[in-house]
Amino acid sequence: MSDMPLLEMKNINKAFPGVKALDNVSLSITAGEVLALLGENGAGKSTLMKILSGVYTKDSGEILYNGKPFVVKDPKDAQKKGIAIIHQELNLIPELTVGENIFLGREPVNFYKKIKFSEMNAEAEKYLTRLGMDIKPSVKVGSLSVGQAQMVEIAKALSMNARIIIMDEPTDALTDVETENLYSVIRELKAEGRAIVYISHKLSEVFDICDRAAVLRDGTFVTSRAVSDLTEESIIQLMVGRPIHDRYPASGAPGTDVVFEARGLTNHRVKDVSFIVKRGEILGVAGLMGSGRSEVAKSIFGAMPLYSGQIILDGRPLKINHPSSAIDNGISYVSEDRKQLGLILGMSVKENITLPALKKFQNMFRHVSTEKEIQVSEEYINKMSIKTTGPSQKVLNLSGGNQQKVAIGKGLVTAPKVLILDEPTRGVDVGAKKEIYELINDLKKNGIAIILISSEMPEVMGMSDRILVMSGGSVAGELMKEDATQEKIMKLAIENLSRNAG
Amino acid sequence: MKMTFKEFLVKFRPLLGLLLLAVIVSLISPRFLSVGNIMNVLRQTSINAVIAAGMTFVILTGGIDLSVGSILALCGAISAYMIAEDMGVALTLFTTLSLGTLLGIFAGIAITKGKVQPFIATLVSMTLLRGVTLVFTDGKPISTGYDAAADIYSWFGTGYVLGVPVPVLLMIIVFVLSWYVLKHTRFGRYVYAIGGNEEASRLSGVRVSRIKIAVYAISGLTAAIAGITLTARLSSAQPTAGAGYELDAIAAVVLGGTSLAGGIGTVFGTFIGALIIGILNNALNLMNVSSYYQMIAKGAVILIAVLMDRKK
Repeated sequence: MSDMPLLEMKNINKAFPGVKALDNVSLSITAGEVLALLGENGAGKSTLMKILSGVYTKDSGEILYNGKPFVVKDPKDAQKKGIAIIHQELNLIPELTVGENIFLGREPVNFYKKIKFSEMNAEAEKYLTRLGMDIKPSVKVGSLSVGQAQMVEIAKALSMNARIIIMDEPTDALTDVETENLYSVIRELKAEGRAIVYISHKLSEVFDICDRAAVLRDGTFVTSRAVSDLTEESIIQLMVGRPIHDRYPASGAPGTDVVFEARGLTNHRVKDVSFIVKRGEILGVAGLMGSGRSEVAKSIFGAMPLYSGQIILDGRPLKINHPSSAIDNGISYVSEDRKQLGLILGMSVKENITLPALKKFQNMFRHVSTEKEIQVSEEYINKMSIKTTGPSQKVLNLSGGNQQKVAIGKGLVTAPKVLILDEPTRGVDVGAKKEIYELINDLKKNGIAIILISSEMPEVMGMSDRILVMSGGSVAGELMKEDATQEKIMKLAIENLSRNAG
Repeated sequence: MKMTFKEFLVKFRPLLGLLLLAVIVSLISPRFLSVGNIMNVLRQTSINAVIAAGMTFVILTGGIDLSVGSILALCGAISAYMIAEDMGVALTLFTTLSLGTLLGIFAGIAITKGKVQPFIATLVSMTLLRGVTLVFTDGKPISTGYDAAADIYSWFGTGYVLGVPVPVLLMIIVFVLSWYVLKHTRFGRYVYAIGGNEEASRLSGVRVSRIKIAVYAISGLTAAIAGITLTARLSSAQPTAGAGYELDAIAAVVLGGTSLAGGIGTVFGTFIGALIIGILNNALNLMNVSSYYQMIAKGAVILIAVLMDRKK
């Protein structure tokens, strides 16, 4: 590893209307290094990386590449100059194939401008194989799982042969196996002398794969240290500026009476799924991506048709054929994808929160009371400490963590007996995560039966009273909190799969 | 809430555009500002405005309704026939308005249950209903006749209440109701929600299909109202009436700042948009510009407005 930085960003400033996003931030990256870029949502990580990759232009400051001044005009220019970014949000076109997506805008063509598909797909396959992906370049991206699509995005960055690769939450949607594959590719890239900027909220990953960590807070640079000098606790403290204790706050024992029961749920994605949830209990649902966790949730919620099976609430079998009947019966679902499925981004905080319960806000003349809406949404804003300028601010302009709180608020406004939370802390920073956990515990204390679906093992194990492990669309096993270990969960999650395959 | 000058400009751009147009027109043609002419403009605008009010609901959900002109023609023809056959004004109005609503519901069902794109579904009904109208009328105008019922019926097109033409009054009622429904009812909120994010709305318990069918029903109903006023005004129904009206209505909605992608817009904006088109037509008439040039002018104004809208 040479001492001369490959890239230096010096005194970068960037302001958006009303906010100073970056205040004199400096950052250097050395060849053959994996640099963790850490900070809470809104700390300026993404803004800094968007400046580097040509999405935004800086207001002032200097970028040096190999010691020479470096200017990027736009993302295409950045690509040409050896900087690739893997965005947190997927930027793939579902109607195009994997190969077409990887080489979009850079397709190999012959003399008549006809795309040389076989050459392109062969090339694409190389990168996919390198990532340990067993998908054909000729399949459409739309038919892939989110995790697979994320890997395609990574393959695309690899294919650009960049010197600097920025990965913004690359493992967000990846299974553990896929994450391992990604790690080994990162190690290879390192050995080739490439530099990697790694943005992640999962601190364990920082220790797994990163050499050095740079921390931003509120648009300013805090520190940059070797990862070996840091602990999870010290990183959190640097990020939030204060120590956070108990990442998974303790909660009381669950009740004894069964509130919710699923019996033999079956459709095209799930097979004979049965489980119970007690009053004030958090049932964690673990499993790999594609194991059918979200599908079970959607089937219960009436967003996916059931071929057979029964949903029983308070001893009463329910007939649910649409989300509205689930809501009417006291079941809420907070989706894993707040932007696509959870929120109406162009609407205000108030309008989003009240949407599922609008019936409660109208009088006999069918007039929806704005005053009542404001009052209730302010309650949620206070209770959940949503950082917003007020109930009429558009959700679009909130940070990820606060958007997630609004999404959860939507789930609560109908006063549910059963609350299904699907990845409630995905893409949410440490501080907001803790707040969401505390909120979940509050709901538990109030006797709500909670189904917590999560890909983050520590979260499932830390929060749940009981853990249901799913695999290949059915329940692979159930563990009590005391007995659960990562190994046991993983074993159950994978076991069933190999049995199915065999 | 405090608003910067720029935000103010963006928010009230259609209104400012309308005022600017009115000032320019009144400078060129002093006759423009006379009470008689203003009533004239309002009456001429009313047909398009009423259709555009219904269209606003549809476009807010992210849809489009191309069938309004054909629904207008068929409803007009049916109502003229019923009046001429002396079936009574009340029954005629009831039948015509129900028919318009029903035709909208059919399109809505094709779109939601049949999963046909709104553009295609309403293109089909536009073509099909025009054909039905031509068959029904045998391609000839239907006169409402000269009896008492026809007189009462013509009041909807030519009558006055306290000096205000009845079509203008109907337009005002349609807009006030639309404004109330969109702004202050659950249904209205759902319309915006669906346009903003259909899947998220569904997962929030919104019965998306029902709401969508309802907006096409509303669009059909307003087209039928327009058909009645137009037929009543002329005391006869033309089989080709309303051809191209769908585009004027869409233009009014877009000029009023409603996004074709859905989720954003107001019916007040649509009213302004319809007035802009109405004033433009009126001004060009006052200046004795041929109707051929009027179309060019209308196209140019819409282009400018849409280009400005993109620069938000």
